[in-house]
Amino acid sequence: MAHVLSLLVEDKPGLLTRVAGLFARRGFNIQSLAVGPTELEGLSRITVVVDVEDLPLEQVTKQLNKLVNVIKIVELDPAQSVQREHLLIKVRVDNTTRSQVLEATSLFRAHVVDVASDALVIELTGDSGKAKAFLKILEPYGIKEIVQSGLVAVARGSKSMTERVYKN
Amino acid sequence: MSLDFPATPASAAPARGETLTGAQAVVRSLEALGVTDVFGLPGGAILPVYDPLLDAEKIRHILVRHEQGAGHAAEGYAAASGKLGVAIATSGPGATNLVTAIADAYMDSVPLLAITGQVFSTLMGTDAFQEADIIGITMPITKHSILVKNAAEIPGALAAAHHIATTGRPGPVLVDITKDAQQAELEYSWPPKVDLPGYRPVTKAHGKQIIAAAQMILEAKKPVFYVGGGVIRSRASAELLALAEQVGAPVVTTLMARGAFPDSHQLQLGMPGMHGTVPAVLALQESDLLVSLGARFDDRVTGKAALFAPDAKVVHVDIDPAEIGKIRTADVPIVGDLKDVLVDLLAAVRQAGASQTADYADWWVRLNGLREQFPLGYAPTTDGLLAPQHVISRIGALTGPEGVYAAGVGQHQMWAAQFIKYERPNAWLNSGGAGTMGYSVPAAMGAKVAEPDRVVWAIDGDGCFQMTNQELATCVINDIPIKVAIINNSSLGMVRQWQTLFYDGRYSNTELSTGHGSVRVPDFVKLAEAYGALGIRVEKEDEVDAAIELALATNDRPVVIDFVVSADAMVWPMVPQGVSNSFVQYAREHAPSFDDDLSETGRVEDDALAADLNGGNR
Repeated sequence: MAHVLSLLVEDKPGLLTRVAGLFARRGFNIQSLAVGPTELEGLSRITVVVDVEDLPLEQVTKQLNKLVNVIKIVELDPAQSVQREHLLIKVRVDNTTRSQVLEATSLFRAHVVDVASDALVIELTGDSGKAKAFLKILEPYGIKEIVQSGLVAVARGSKSMTERVYKN
Repeated sequence: MSLDFPATPASAAPARGETLTGAQAVVRSLEALGVTDVFGLPGGAILPVYDPLLDAEKIRHILVRHEQGAGHAAEGYAAASGKLGVAIATSGPGATNLVTAIADAYMDSVPLLAITGQVFSTLMGTDAFQEADIIGITMPITKHSILVKNAAEIPGALAAAHHIATTGRPGPVLVDITKDAQQAELEYSWPPKVDLPGYRPVTKAHGKQIIAAAQMILEAKKPVFYVGGGVIRSRASAELLALAEQVGAPVVTTLMARGAFPDSHQLQLGMPGMHGTVPAVLALQESDLLVSLGARFDDRVTGKAALFAPDAKVVHVDIDPAEIGKIRTADVPIVGDLKDVLVDLLAAVRQAGASQTADYADWWVRLNGLREQFPLGYAPTTDGLLAPQHVISRIGALTGPEGVYAAGVGQHQMWAAQFIKYERPNAWLNSGGAGTMGYSVPAAMGAKVAEPDRVVWAIDGDGCFQMTNQELATCVINDIPIKVAIINNSSLGMVRQWQTLFYDGRYSNTELSTGHGSVRVPDFVKLAEAYGALGIRVEKEDEVDAAIELALATNDRPVVIDFVVSADAMVWPMVPQGVSNSFVQYAREHAPSFDDDLSETGRVEDDALAADLNGGNR
């Protein structure tokens, strides 16, 4: 079962290696990984999707917590969080299919970000379900390339993860 | 975050903002952290640090002959004294030579600070001379590591490393310092600001869990205190003794915990595990409550984990939350420092005990029966050569419980764990988790530096000894008079035992030609003498005591005794790998009778074999 873990970490050299290495050597499979800065200087946020059962998941989080540069870990429940992936899709078009692809793009509230005579680059943001559905629609036209970010996620409501760590 | 540093004498307190080089700051910081002894070997990238080290009055640097020796010496120093052990090496191969010792310290939770030089920061990543990514290499085997490229970060990095290595679950921390950081200047002040927002070890346990554990202990019919090395690392032996005596339940001490509870105590059943005593192995196996104290359900203790102690509930106390539930689900998980937890647990047991008393009478009848029927023993050899068990038990008996015993890895290690009687923590040092051959001599050296007034034995094998015996030179030159007992069976004995038992006696590459009837390469007595140590060879039983006594009386130089023993002696009892601990064999093909019907396994059932140990030797 896929679990979304959000890690608040210190932005130190080698941090990503520490996290990724831990997953590898303990035999936990990473489905997706996204790293970026946060609202606080020196802190980064890692969103990792890991495919494990509940009991090994506990071991994953405990081992991650042992990394000195990992400050906090939360599991984000899909129902209680906003989860997004970002895709760039290069799809083949010609004069007959271009308008159909554009129509699908607009239906999915995606955007065309690059136009060539025989291809479009489309940008889509959404959860995994939306991404999958859009790709299914585009498939018959000929997908030349897909570039996909790791999933990023944030808990719903007003509370922030950094707030909970640095409340004083 | 303010850290609790050892008090710095006022005279040594540096003026605020004093200008020092990074190298000077390394030495000053170590002094400020209370470090008095370091083990190391210089080289290009750490040369700047070695210059102020020459003038350091409060730090004794011991020049080893191989960096692995520095690492294990620092481990032995830490394990014998409870203090931080420090090893210093240069970049590249100097640093990689520390890797085995770092891995060893990681597995056995030894507080170790490894300081390595790194090439100039401007050269990093260019495959420079003697460059190795030691931070990357050691990431899986360190508790933490810090790369320092800026001189100003040196005091903070060392203070953080000291704190991380010695608190919570102890472990190795590596600080890799570039040569330019060592050469550059900084404004030194102490204490430095250390900010570790992600490091907050839990030491005080939840009261609710303590009460639940106390209740379970009182309600259990067949409880066992399953004591691990955590009791030693947290210095909680006195607290354990008080709790065990209050409760009256049996205690088993794992390989890492030998000495955590006195062997002479009536409640002590001995060591559990693959080569544990029959009472200790079966007590765990038949128990209805395991009170695991700083133990981690290692496969060498549990055998096949799914079949381990099948009827037992588990109270699991550990300072590392990740150990709880890793192998065995805990019914009552307790995260905390054993020194505090055991005090709380004792109070809770006393409180609950006012209305309820534990009744383990039937349990003790069973356990005492096992003790009587399956005492620790060994068979005489059939080839006329010395019995290694006899040699080791005599070393223990003549030296006594105040000695320190550092073993290598293999048969001699198991015999030293079994046949020396440990009465105090930190008396028994060994490589438990990693199983590092070659640990013994340098670890004994480190222990002797930490505890110069104690007799320190390296109980070593002929294979292990040849991996690190170069540190005898360090011992001789630096006046560190350790005593080395080589249990010389002329082979890689434990591997040979498995070849005897599981590979039809096909002895592939286990003959070392050092012992009886061999060419004796090397001749250990001559080797000892070449190093300036006293070398003694013992081949007959009536020479054993005299040789040990001569070693005990010789304190002006190290002593090496070459005990030429039988290669056919085997370590018993034994649980074969990968099966239930119920299949413990007292001696070869001799298993204790068991309540359950296990006959379908083909295990030999024989009640009358208790006295017949000859099956243990071929």
